[in-house]
Amino acid sequence: MANITIDGKPYAVKDGITVIQAIDEAKIDLPRYCYHPGLSIAGNCRICQVEVEKLPRSVIACNTRVAEGMVIHTKSPKARESQQAVLEFLLANHPLDCPVCDQAGECKLQDYYMEVGLYDPKFDDRKVKKTKKAFPIGPTIMLDQERCILCSRCVRFGDEITRTHDFGIFNRGDRSEIDVCPGKELDNKYSGNVADICPVGALTDRDFRFKMRVWYLGSQKSVCPGCSRGCNIEIHYEKSRPYHLKKERVMRLKPRENQAVNRWWICDAGRYGYKSIDHGRLVEGPLVGAQMNRAGTRPAPTWTSVLENLAGIFKKADPAAWAVFASPRHTNEELYLVKRIFLDHLKWGQVAFHAPGQEGDEDDFLIRKDKNPNSTGASRILRLGKPDEDITPILEKARRGGLEGLLVFGHDLAGIAGPQTLETVRQKVKTLVFEGPNDNPTAAVADIVLPAASYAEKEGTFTNFEGRVQRIRKAFEPVSGSLATWDWLLNLSGLLGMSLKHRGPEDIFEALAGENEFFKGLNYKKIGDQGCLLNS
Amino acid sequence: MATKIIKRKELGFWDRTYLPAVGLGLWITSRHFFRNMAVHALHLFGFAKNLRGAETYQYPEEQRPLSKRTRTRHRLTKREDGSPRCVACMMCETVCPARCINIVAKENPDPNIEKMPASFDLDLGMCVYCGYCVEVCPEDAIRMDTRILDIAAYSREGMKLDMQKLLNP
Repeated sequence: MANITIDGKPYAVKDGITVIQAIDEAKIDLPRYCYHPGLSIAGNCRICQVEVEKLPRSVIACNTRVAEGMVIHTKSPKARESQQAVLEFLLANHPLDCPVCDQAGECKLQDYYMEVGLYDPKFDDRKVKKTKKAFPIGPTIMLDQERCILCSRCVRFGDEITRTHDFGIFNRGDRSEIDVCPGKELDNKYSGNVADICPVGALTDRDFRFKMRVWYLGSQKSVCPGCSRGCNIEIHYEKSRPYHLKKERVMRLKPRENQAVNRWWICDAGRYGYKSIDHGRLVEGPLVGAQMNRAGTRPAPTWTSVLENLAGIFKKADPAAWAVFASPRHTNEELYLVKRIFLDHLKWGQVAFHAPGQEGDEDDFLIRKDKNPNSTGASRILRLGKPDEDITPILEKARRGGLEGLLVFGHDLAGIAGPQTLETVRQKVKTLVFEGPNDNPTAAVADIVLPAASYAEKEGTFTNFEGRVQRIRKAFEPVSGSLATWDWLLNLSGLLGMSLKHRGPEDIFEALAGENEFFKGLNYKKIGDQGCLLNS
Repeated sequence: MATKIIKRKELGFWDRTYLPAVGLGLWITSRHFFRNMAVHALHLFGFAKNLRGAETYQYPEEQRPLSKRTRTRHRLTKREDGSPRCVACMMCETVCPARCINIVAKENPDPNIEKMPASFDLDLGMCVYCGYCVEVCPEDAIRMDTRILDIAAYSREGMKLDMQKLLNP
């Protein structure tokens, strides 16, 4: 341990860490551009100047190690003056692009100019113009060399994180510019992250380009449902101007730091996987006799009448002739309700959730083969035993005409077993009920369609592949006509004569934690923002 | 909450007699009327120029002179090639207290300009004519100097201006 003093307050910090790490631990703001805790130390932006007593001149905090008895000042006149001088140089060739720059509002140059700007600039040379203005360098990223302050974060990201070595700094002096290596394109599975780590507007997201100014965005903490890694994300949605881009609410996803899961990063598939929240949704409200309704021949029934109808069917149903395909895309709470209603109360033997043949790509960094966010939760809660998790045997039985009714949560049977099978199942099964947020071929042929809320429209928890329970949060209300799965399952349980007295997901989770030993002792408060591991 | 009791003024004897008070009012009105008539008649023949009569503008044939800085209907300024100067930075939309501006941005073919409005809608029915949009614009792209004051429509839709109408006031 080293005893140091920062801004007059004593701290005991680990030996060998850098001054900027000590400053971050003490939660003191210090300007930085090139320093990123996930990348190696470059020390080339020079903005993180601090004054260390007994040293003749100010030093950069990111590349200075702490030593016993060090007295550091981050806001003394000497430190401030150095920071101002450095910022003046960084802005020397930076264009006044803020009105057209997508980074404006979350730009570190803007932020630190407010803090340590030299409001009476001494620099009156002409700005050096770079050869090209904004141009795409890959499918996801735009590059504007003029805005770059050469912090080299993107270069180090390509060298150290993705190891694709995409970027380089070319030319010398004030003509140096960042670019992708000649003949190369920025096209890797993590390319979107360079827009996040770029502290200025040099690298911006093509998907988000000109869509919305960042100060209109609201943010909600959530978890990416794209694979079983469960990367922590922030959902950035349109908040203050409801007349903007009328049907699109989610504007972008940003990774959220979680050292135990995704560190600072997220893959591109997850980053751009938000489109299903606003597109291809089932929005007409619950449907009975789907095809007839979609042609608009009769008014849509209400949720109450459909659920009453369903409860009537389920009460009369023969437990051996009905099956449920639960979804590993549902939250732990919803799966618990599925277990309580269909396994415990109705005593249906045929419940499964695992759809075979749906595996995707995998790598050794973040992307997992299992593209469902909650497979672990589903198997821990439904407790079916490994071979019984598979939906294929039940589907086969349905195809041969052994089932009277089938309740499908989100699965697309045509995608799993082919359109032929779906057609046969459709003919053989008398009642096909579909529940899910998005339209698919199974929903198109189902007798009863229940539109569900997407993951951005409900509260709940996912359990990732290593058993980490993480919370998703509601960013906005469900689209018209849809209900969160836990919501209508609770209503249905009431109609079935069960006495589940839960008020919401938090309550349901408590009941789950009281019953299931994997979840014992967990609650929403304990899970917090960073998640919590299951009991093994 | 603190309450303040206001004492209403009681009517005095003079006010309660009613008719004399009405007569006094009529007298004041007629005095102004006949004085103005006399003054304007004298002006007609070139007399008594130092006396000032009450003025009436024969609107709409005659317009009242406006101060140079009067805020009137908005317009979008153009570049030399006729395209809008606006770069869709959304400053006016952000600052607008009435939220009457709605801009959708798109890519400008010229990479040195980068951004331009795909649509620029302004609802005059909501506008409060505060002039913040003009003040905040970094490109001098929106101005309130068209001198158009008589804005009227038969529907709310008719009060809405699109980019074409704003560019060609």
